[in-house]
Amino acid sequence: MAEVFFFLAAIGALAGALGTVALRNPFYSVLALVVHLLSLAALFLLLRAEFVAAAQVIVYVGAVMVLYLFVVAYVGGGADPISRAGSPSLRWASALFAGALFVELTIAVLGSGLSVLSTEGTGWFEGFGTPEQIGQLLLTDFLLAFEVASMLLLVAAVGAVVLARRRTGLEDPREISVGDLMRSGGRDEIGGGEAGTMIEVEGPPGR
Amino acid sequence: MSMEWYLVLSALVFSIGAGGILVRRNPLVILLCLELMLNAGNLALVTFARAHGNQDGQIFALIVMVVAACEVAVGLGLIVAIYRRKLPVDVDELRELQG
Repeated sequence: MAEVFFFLAAIGALAGALGTVALRNPFYSVLALVVHLLSLAALFLLLRAEFVAAAQVIVYVGAVMVLYLFVVAYVGGGADPISRAGSPSLRWASALFAGALFVELTIAVLGSGLSVLSTEGTGWFEGFGTPEQIGQLLLTDFLLAFEVASMLLLVAAVGAVVLARRRTGLEDPREISVGDLMRSGGRDEIGGGEAGTMIEVEGPPGR
Repeated sequence: MSMEWYLVLSALVFSIGAGGILVRRNPLVILLCLELMLNAGNLALVTFARAHGNQDGQIFALIVMVVAACEVAVGLGLIVAIYRRKLPVDVDELRELQG
């Protein structure tokens, strides 16, 4: 029975991965990646990683992919035909590189001589991979990694807000603040670039 | 299922992701291919955790998920900033740093 589920999930994961790479519209690429992530969650369940599977579905499919969909809908993207990408020789070289990487990884894995790899896994015990066990490990052995990860999330959230912020307030002259006046050195014409760009601070674009 | 199947699948997904990064030019799709590679790594980590009956690999996979989420947040912020400046959303045309 496990074999049937493995092959179903593996086919789903491979189809999702190929769709992500090959589909022209970025919107469909995101949807293909959702299929891939759900299949991967099924594989995690087969591997007795219940908490990781649940986190995959909730965090990845539920949060990160929705963020992707919003950005794709905002940027638009449009069709990005692969045939336009570089020269044909470059594409063939890329495919060759990917194939060589796969062969190398497979040789490295199967030739590692680890006897445990040909088994169905050892050392399983009751409660393996449950939230209780994972939580206990996260708050004892891996407390430092846990805290650093939370700090990293905070930094990334602040950084994303700073990067994607809309810079406004220069279209209407009455809204210019004292800080803007001092920075521009009392020039009569402030701005010149469009609001929301960095050009507005430097004056008209030079190129 | 023996553990080798999972590891070969992981290697295959990783290679597909690497090939996609080389082929595609839209930074959004490149980020998606990066996600593919990170998830292939996650699958290998969880597989080794199961093979050895040790849950440390699952903790590692969770931390990788956190780092991937951070990378997505910053990467998408960059793409939105590029779009706001009316620059082309295409990695082949964004080559000012190349000289």
